[in-house]
Amino acid sequence: MATMSDAPSESFRLSMLLNDKRYRAYTFQFIALLLLIGFFSYLGVNLVRNLQAAGLNISFGFLGDPAGYDINQRLIEYSKDSTHWRASVVGVLNTLLVAVVGCFFATIIGVVVGVLRLSNNWIVSRLMSVYVEIFRNVPVLIWILIIMAIFIAVLPQPRDFRGANAEASMFLDLFAFTGRGFYMPKPYFAAEWAAGATGWLIVIALLILGFIGSRMIAGNATKIQEATGNRPTTWYWTLGIWFGPLIIAFFVMGLSWDVPALKGFNFQGGIYARNSFIALTFALSIYTAAFIAENVRAGILSVSKGQSEAAASLGLRPNRIMNLVILPQALRVIIPPLISHFLNLTKNSSLAIAVGYMDLTGTLGGITLNQTGRAIESVLLLMAFYLTISLSISAIMNVYNKSISLKER
Amino acid sequence: MKKSVLLGTLTVAGLAAGAAAAGTLDDVKARGVLNCGVTTGLVGFAAPDANGEWQGFDVAVCRAVAAAVLGDGNAVEFVPTTGKTRFTALASGEIDMLARNTTWTFSRDVDLKFEFTGVNYYDGQGFMVPADLGVSSALELDGATVCIQTGTTTELNLADYFAANGMSYEPVPIETNAEAQPLYLEGACDVYTTDRSGLLATRAAFENPGDHVVLPEIVSKEPLGPLVRHGDNDWGDIVRWTLNALITAEEVGVTSENLDTIAGETKNAEIKRLLGTEGTLGEMLGLDAEWAKRAIAVGGNYGEIFDANIGPDTAIGAERGYNAQWVDGGLLYSPPFR
Amino acid sequence: MSNSDNIVFVRTEMLPELPPPATETGVIKWLRENLFSSVTNSILTLISLYIIYQLLSGFLPWLFGGVWTTSSLKECREVLDGATGGCFSVLTERWNQLLFGFKYPPDQYWRIALAFVLLLIAIAPVLFQKLPRKLMYFTGLFPFIGFWLIWGGTLMTPIVILVGIIAGYIAFTRLEHNSFAMGAAGGILTAAVIIWLGGFVTGSMSGFLALEQVPSRDLGGFMLNLILGVVCVSLSLPIGIALALGRQSDMLIIKWICVVFIEFIRGVPLITLLFVANVVLAYFLPPGTNFDLILRVIIMITMFSSAYIAEVIRGGLAALPKGQYEAADSLGLDYAQSMQLIILPQALKISIPGIVNVAVGLFKDTTLVSVISMFDLVGMIRGPILASTEWNGVYWELWGFAVLLFFVVCYSISKYSQWLEQQLRTDHR
Repeated sequence: MATMSDAPSESFRLSMLLNDKRYRAYTFQFIALLLLIGFFSYLGVNLVRNLQAAGLNISFGFLGDPAGYDINQRLIEYSKDSTHWRASVVGVLNTLLVAVVGCFFATIIGVVVGVLRLSNNWIVSRLMSVYVEIFRNVPVLIWILIIMAIFIAVLPQPRDFRGANAEASMFLDLFAFTGRGFYMPKPYFAAEWAAGATGWLIVIALLILGFIGSRMIAGNATKIQEATGNRPTTWYWTLGIWFGPLIIAFFVMGLSWDVPALKGFNFQGGIYARNSFIALTFALSIYTAAFIAENVRAGILSVSKGQSEAAASLGLRPNRIMNLVILPQALRVIIPPLISHFLNLTKNSSLAIAVGYMDLTGTLGGITLNQTGRAIESVLLLMAFYLTISLSISAIMNVYNKSISLKER
Repeated sequence: MKKSVLLGTLTVAGLAAGAAAAGTLDDVKARGVLNCGVTTGLVGFAAPDANGEWQGFDVAVCRAVAAAVLGDGNAVEFVPTTGKTRFTALASGEIDMLARNTTWTFSRDVDLKFEFTGVNYYDGQGFMVPADLGVSSALELDGATVCIQTGTTTELNLADYFAANGMSYEPVPIETNAEAQPLYLEGACDVYTTDRSGLLATRAAFENPGDHVVLPEIVSKEPLGPLVRHGDNDWGDIVRWTLNALITAEEVGVTSENLDTIAGETKNAEIKRLLGTEGTLGEMLGLDAEWAKRAIAVGGNYGEIFDANIGPDTAIGAERGYNAQWVDGGLLYSPPFR
Repeated sequence: MSNSDNIVFVRTEMLPELPPPATETGVIKWLRENLFSSVTNSILTLISLYIIYQLLSGFLPWLFGGVWTTSSLKECREVLDGATGGCFSVLTERWNQLLFGFKYPPDQYWRIALAFVLLLIAIAPVLFQKLPRKLMYFTGLFPFIGFWLIWGGTLMTPIVILVGIIAGYIAFTRLEHNSFAMGAAGGILTAAVIIWLGGFVTGSMSGFLALEQVPSRDLGGFMLNLILGVVCVSLSLPIGIALALGRQSDMLIIKWICVVFIEFIRGVPLITLLFVANVVLAYFLPPGTNFDLILRVIIMITMFSSAYIAEVIRGGLAALPKGQYEAADSLGLDYAQSMQLIILPQALKISIPGIVNVAVGLFKDTTLVSVISMFDLVGMIRGPILASTEWNGVYWELWGFAVLLFFVVCYSISKYSQWLEQQLRTDHR
């Protein structure tokens, strides 16, 4: 058939646009393009007409105006006189905070549950299945609201801590678990030269040095092992290089703790994790963890039993079998869906609005939108932000998938 | 298969919409129903009662306009709106008017292109705290956790007020009044702030209203009123003068009870013009002569509406205060019907 | 050897089999192997038992000590008088509100119930292949009946649309021998014309078998979640298939339209799309158009789920061996035929678990409409019920009920999908 229609003698006729496979594709694409253009210009014309009728315009100038509202949780300097743009940045950071912390806990819980589900302990594996099924089959919004309800209704409010015979008291006099959130002691450095960020930079530097040092010790041990066959005991060296300098630094810089205390209406001082933040993060974590657990289980099951038997017959010990044979193969199955669960968690964090957590949906898509009435612009920016995050994570995932894909020979 | 249902509905909707694209008044008349935006639920101002009928002070304004235009106070479709959706709903034409205790501000009038047609309630922002907190003034609220409804002017006033007095606070943003209640009652916030009328209405719904006090400070001016889209002045006039008719009716003593008789008995020319027995005011609005009579007949004059929905005898128990007639020392001052 | 019989210390008959040791049999063996096989396992078992005990000791008294008949929380607490127990009377008192929302006319609840029962009947032949195929006709009719029952109005509207669609289908079959595209275009055109003409008939017969019209704003409660879920999933299936095929297509422009659409939708949270439906979409429609929120939300959720379904189906298409495509080509089938007869049936079969996952996810996501002030189950609980004077502070009973409803629906769907997977497994294992 191909040779027939490729014959040069056939000249072009108009009907071939519909009937000839070679040209029909162009016709369709042309029609599709026309429809698309028509659709968008229809929307565009409507938009222009509507805006004209209402006397409005599209402009992002409002981002430079003072926001005028306060945000409770802010990772960067922000006050009511800051611009809407800065309020959005505060929101972005809050979103990222929830996403990162949520992904971290979701992974830990998910892996533990996934492994326990495969446990040969009947009751544990059943319990884990129940957990997974319950959390997977109920909307995350309901979980967020339930956990928020625990905060509102169950935990004691700061007023319960007040008075001589208060209903509630602080845990060890250090931690306060209240309906408004958790208060924890906050470490800080008393030495003047180490106050603020300097001290923490030093700590981070020491941790990095500790890491490098411990790697060097391990490398050295391996060398000795290869030369003599005996691996020297190094754990006290490793421990020393990790913690020795840190303890000295803490001592020199005067590590102290800022303990929360009830002053006026609220606890003051210490680290304050707001109820909305905890409810959101916790709900997202346990919800996503249920999916991750399924993933991990599938990943481990995907490695055939022959693999571990073969490794055992080579004389590897169980933990080496896990590290060298099972995990590398299981991770290939686990990681791609894991990343898409992370992505889902990030997108679900936009439900923050249900508990009043000020993420980007709460600031830009919430208060800024309300106060300025710039609905189109705000929603556009909001979408652009989530789209950027999603696309960049997918891009990373694609690179990763390529790098781990089986090299077939 | 179902796809086509959707398409069909779309077509029907398109046809229905295509028929009317003139002024709002013609739209409303063609539709036979007034789409009126109200809150999602604030007892006394707009909330569905046990039978699902909308009741309240703002609702009464909608009903009066519907009666004036369509001759039926029940020909209203109440569209619940949140702080976020109310302005888009109005700007996009989803609703014909908004009566959602909305504060008249410069930027809403000028920048958002709306037209406030008057003030039906002079309000100010206040604070409510549990009585056992022992707070007697808003100036003692330093460090408090405050529940606010987002998207309202109160949010901005609050920031200004605390900043001006050098106090700090912890804002807890809430989407609707309904969500604020449990937070406040369970003590997740120390203070609830919104318009005083809203505070009274909220408190009225509590199990023990007496356990909560509204602090004396009023931190802002909140003239609440109905609004319409910018640019359709004919429609704006109808809403404005319907509201004025209610106010004037109280001023001149027209009530829902004497409505039918007073026009014949009175010698007051303004009453006659108001009720359409003299002059052509209705015609000028594009309505018939008895428009104002119908508007008043629905829920009575301003005073009757006030007493029935939020007055001292109701659970809300608001005093007239600024909302008394100017002759009684209040701010209600309707331009003359002439 | 012969005298071996006489040897006294040699037993002459077999001993009877003894039962295995107590530790290797029955309950004890099972316990040993499954619960206490090692120290770690024993510890885990004990911890689990403790957790289960804690959960049940809190939950059971609450459940069985519950009060079902009071009319407010205060009254309920008085009845309980300090004893543990749930105030389930909120469920009985607000039962209708939780299921139907607070504005649907109470005397019309039977319509919803009927529609729900009919939905089950209509969906049965889709779910279970063994049922008589003739039931599929009813499935085809159900959207119209359901629409009429739930929204009310004259029966003429659905009839006209149905007639339009049937006419369109007839036109399609007549024209299909020319080409699939021609058939589709002709079919759609015919249907549109008939529906348009029918609009006039409907207008003049607006009283024909009319039920009380219920504006969609008045829909609410769990019913709203179900409506959104069912409508959006069924709408997004065909769209999803089209998008998946478009994404696989050789035609660059069509491919890129599909790619951009899918990636865009998958890249943003559903809530932003709902914001679009709620506050932005109106700007993009002709001035004066006023189609209600629920329709806008349906459009947005459908777009959302169709993008996800498209990706699932694309996976199914990609998993088919290339030979299937080539075999279809070598039989001389054109694109539409090969898709209809060879590719899609196989690809869809592979995709079923994924599609069901998307459907479950979508059904769960319908709760997000509560964020844009629609009163679905979650919206009802958060708004009118928890804020009412009588039920201020009844959290566990209400949220427990919501969890239960969603769990029952979603869990049975996923169980069904596992069962179906087994049924459809045609390879021999």
